[in-house]
Amino acid sequence: MTHFASIVEAIEVSVKDGDSVALEGFTHLIPYAAGHEIIRQRKKNLTLIRMTPDVLYDQMIGAGCASKLIFSWGGNPGVGSLNRFREAIENDWPQPLAIEEHSHAGMAARYVAGASGLPFGILRGYTGTDLPKHTDSIASITCPFTGEVLTAVPALKPTVGIIHAQQADKDGNIGLWGIQGVQKETLLSAERNIVTVEEVVEKLDPRVTVTIPSWAINYVSVVPHGAHPSYAHGYYDRDNSFYRSWDKISRDRDNFTNWIKTHIDETRDFAEHLELVKSDFIDRENQSVTVSS
Amino acid sequence: MNPTTDEMMTIVAARELKDGVVCFVGIGMPSTAANLAKRMHAPNAVLIYESGTIGAKPTRPPLSIGDGELAETADVVVSVPEIFSYWLQAGRIDVGFLGAAQLDKFGNLNSTVIGDYSHPAVRLPGAGGAPEIAANVKETYVMLRQNTRAFVEKIDFRTSFGNGDGAGSREALGMKGGGPKVIFTDIGVMRPDIATGELVLTALHPGRTVDEAKGATGWDLKISENLAFTKEPTDVELSTLRQLKGLVA
Repeated sequence: MTHFASIVEAIEVSVKDGDSVALEGFTHLIPYAAGHEIIRQRKKNLTLIRMTPDVLYDQMIGAGCASKLIFSWGGNPGVGSLNRFREAIENDWPQPLAIEEHSHAGMAARYVAGASGLPFGILRGYTGTDLPKHTDSIASITCPFTGEVLTAVPALKPTVGIIHAQQADKDGNIGLWGIQGVQKETLLSAERNIVTVEEVVEKLDPRVTVTIPSWAINYVSVVPHGAHPSYAHGYYDRDNSFYRSWDKISRDRDNFTNWIKTHIDETRDFAEHLELVKSDFIDRENQSVTVSS
Repeated sequence: MNPTTDEMMTIVAARELKDGVVCFVGIGMPSTAANLAKRMHAPNAVLIYESGTIGAKPTRPPLSIGDGELAETADVVVSVPEIFSYWLQAGRIDVGFLGAAQLDKFGNLNSTVIGDYSHPAVRLPGAGGAPEIAANVKETYVMLRQNTRAFVEKIDFRTSFGNGDGAGSREALGMKGGGPKVIFTDIGVMRPDIATGELVLTALHPGRTVDEAKGATGWDLKISENLAFTKEPTDVELSTLRQLKGLVA
């Protein structure tokens, strides 16, 4: 049954050091506010799970929250590579990061198996690639009916599954629309789950295409703009200038660490963080005016 | 109007897409090429992005694979498990458009690491949707700027299977999709020889030479006996492409 709670409480109660945590969102509805709260509470040794680890996981990895990453594509979407993710793998900084690497199709099959309560998923995948040589959780299986050799991948069962959605109604039912990624599977494969939402409404918007009933959710936290700098369809657009600026912020260790300190550790909540990001943006704009004049 | 090398590549790739084709598109140049084709000779091309948007008709180049514009203009938006299982794995996609960091002479692709996997010199983003796109679409198209760092004798990691170790490799593994059909570069066009599965230079773009193509390739590139020359981009192609790109805010 859903409990409305602050994101501080939801993370405090749900996420323990050493847990496996999936924060999903396929470039849309990425739960940044929840991820920042995990950083703020200095959770450690997490196994982070995500199909597309992007800027949020770059922040969490660089801040030292993760000892392992299960993923299929790690980059800054539309911009380039992730400096903190790369440094963790290439130079073990701030700590070594074990990786379990899959493809999107494999990760999707793993989430579906987890949500279905099955031990593994099946696909026609990874054939002829080098991934099975380095990833233990890829095996082959013969179809008992046709004899075709297929690929088996174990179910994903995160300790905690976290997503952002547009709306909750007052009973705590969740509604989202636009690109839906693996949002539903993330919640239903996890032992415990948290949803942050833009707002609570009397009745879910007719544009809603995915509804998750309140009794399947543990915590709902209202965090307006909680997916910034990604976007929430129908609410706000992606802050593309932030994604571009991230490359520079994250390039050097000290600069990055200082950003985490000032923008996450020393901000009271996500609203204060957003104010700071907004003023950075105004500074950047002013600077570019100065330079060009 | 003189095309840039990237514009040349994009226009040549767009020309290859037939009207009505169902095309799985990646972000960047492949997406631009597919959208150019749709505005020129292929208005009925169906563009599918791995974020689950089927029949997207973006009015500007998407910023990411999951841009809201794709969902806004799509015929339907489905979940990620659905796009990979019902649509890609089941064999409903004609063309898959891929990029990579490295490619070998059999069209196998690396987008995972440069150097050793455990201690890479460069950690790349990884597989994403590519391995199953390369395995399951009827034809794979690749777009890649040609130089000896990218076109190598041996790739450091096989992320996506092309023609494996030569003709017959795919069949031996029971792959359903047809494999690499064409490679578009900034110098020319390569296609696999049917008998050997090895890539052969089949066309050169205006102003480019065979020596240049060979010099930018890390193996002894074979040249087709019927080497063609890419037609100059028309003013309409170039202006449509620039208009398409100019719509980015």
